[in-house]
Amino acid sequence: MATAFSPSKFAAQPFPLNTTSQNNPLTIPTTASAFLGSTRKPILLSSSSNLNLRRGSLTVVKALSKGIPARAILSELLGKATGCCRGQGGSMHIFSREHNMLGGFAFIGEGIPIGTGAAFTSKYKREVLKEADCDHVTLAFFGDGACNNGQFYECLNMAALWKLPIVFVVENNLWAIGMSHLRATSVPPIYKKGPAFGMPGVHVDGMDVLKVREVAKEAIGRARRGEGPTLVECETYRFRGHSLADPDKLRDPAEKAHYAARDPITALKKYLIDNSLASEADLKAI
Amino acid sequence: MLAIARQRMLGQSFKKILPAVSVLRSYSSAAKQVIFFTFFILAHNLMHTDMVGEYQGAYKITKGLLEKYGPERVLDTPITEAGFTGIGVGAAYYGLKPVVEFMTFNFSMQAIDHIINSAAKSNYMSAGQISVPIVFRGPNGAAAGVGAQHSQCYAVWYASCPGLKVLSPYNSEDARGLLKAAIRDPDPVVFLENELLYGESFPVSDEVLDSSFCLPIGKAKIEREGKDATITAFSKMAAEMLEKDGICAEVINLRSIRPLDRATINASVRKTNRLITVEEGFPQHGVGAEICASVVEESFSYLDAPVERIAGADVPMPYAANLERMAVPQVEDIVRAAKRACYRSVPLAATA
Repeated sequence: MATAFSPSKFAAQPFPLNTTSQNNPLTIPTTASAFLGSTRKPILLSSSSNLNLRRGSLTVVKALSKGIPARAILSELLGKATGCCRGQGGSMHIFSREHNMLGGFAFIGEGIPIGTGAAFTSKYKREVLKEADCDHVTLAFFGDGACNNGQFYECLNMAALWKLPIVFVVENNLWAIGMSHLRATSVPPIYKKGPAFGMPGVHVDGMDVLKVREVAKEAIGRARRGEGPTLVECETYRFRGHSLADPDKLRDPAEKAHYAARDPITALKKYLIDNSLASEADLKAI
Repeated sequence: MLAIARQRMLGQSFKKILPAVSVLRSYSSAAKQVIFFTFFILAHNLMHTDMVGEYQGAYKITKGLLEKYGPERVLDTPITEAGFTGIGVGAAYYGLKPVVEFMTFNFSMQAIDHIINSAAKSNYMSAGQISVPIVFRGPNGAAAGVGAQHSQCYAVWYASCPGLKVLSPYNSEDARGLLKAAIRDPDPVVFLENELLYGESFPVSDEVLDSSFCLPIGKAKIEREGKDATITAFSKMAAEMLEKDGICAEVINLRSIRPLDRATINASVRKTNRLITVEEGFPQHGVGAEICASVVEESFSYLDAPVERIAGADVPMPYAANLERMAVPQVEDIVRAAKRACYRSVPLAATA
């Protein structure tokens, strides 16, 4: 049966792939130097679908997708007391207990063990505390930069060892601030590191919303069934610099132009309109 | 010398520390009992660290727990401090009450990002939404002949960080009461034990053995009342203090490094007018430095002599036994410092 994880679904294409870039207009830069704020890993837990998401970069975007009101997030970014963390956390530390968002973290790789711990708790609650309805799955999001970090491997090991309900999602945009993934990594395909630890490694076009959704569904289903973790590598691209402090001079303009042509949001919009799933007016209303 | 000092100390403590003596309880079994008891009360506790289950912990502190509570609650992990500490913190975020054991606190340096950034700061960063009820425990400070990388004291490293509580027990009563308080506390607590004290026995009263015995965090204990000078110490150094004679010193067992019980220390200095701080760790930016600053800020006019700071030598811990002895404060050092503070010998500056 051809599943999202079937080898035919992903070809071992050379880097970079022909994918669209990931445009995130809400990437609010940190006020600190470019040294900080590399990989941020908040956990997003969705109360509606029992999904715990732990996110690497772009805390803000994940916070929005978890249902935290945009106004609360923007207030937080501006340091106001009405922000979701009363201005105490900031762009890199968005937390919301109510929306099950366990936070963003500034240290690279820091959020991966935290997410693994949340997954551990889900499993513990189900098996040891006998809360049968606890089927929470944790999603840990991080970038390609975190994949060379020790904690990442420690957690791949322990998650597979204990069959924790977690999905490790790598947003590989080929650049860890100013460090090219290809210059930093001995074996660039990150999804290949999953099987080394006893879990499936899946590669997906991160610019295609629907393909990512399909892979996510399968990985989450796997975790819910108790089959253990999955490593999902989403190939994507960053339109602008990592933050305002990043001069972004290292990336080839041709490479940037190539990816700029494939914006996932406009692609999805085109798909929706072409397939008559929504009209222009509907989308404008959103 | 050390052995003799300890023996006498034990004898002295037998007579002097506690009025009601009923049972001798060793430091390590007191710590264990607390974990047992707490597991009994709080269903969600779990404990994990490397080798804690089948190996029964590096110093057998967790002996018996695996049989009693099973492998789901006493978890053996691979030796990956950053990973398992982060997992513990993540579990604490999400509702459990983990107790993470480090084989020694030296190894906590591999996990310090999680202790400080993920655990200590989260309550503040999330404006109170995320609470991290986790305890990090393990032996801290110099042991016997384990070399530079296994002998450092981390009290000040953690005590300087807002969001953490740092406790350091001296005897069995402290071990039992403080560990229970640490586990019950909704915030991250660093519990610094002492390897050399694990094998010591201390007399305890019936009250201590009671299952609900718990000590408050942030309160120091006056181990011995005095009038000539105040000596502050914690963990193993408190043991050495009781050896002092000649000068009637008031000995304060700090118990809690953060929050520091400034009230008790200052009240004592106002009574005795002299202060000697004792610690095992490195001298610069140490616990003694903070206590000295606190006393200067709050009780300056009560001081009759400069504050004396006794600390470990400012050198990575040597391996050779004789050098190691010289690198850790000895009773004679403290006696000398007390005499200097009481103007019974020439001050340091004059001899320089």
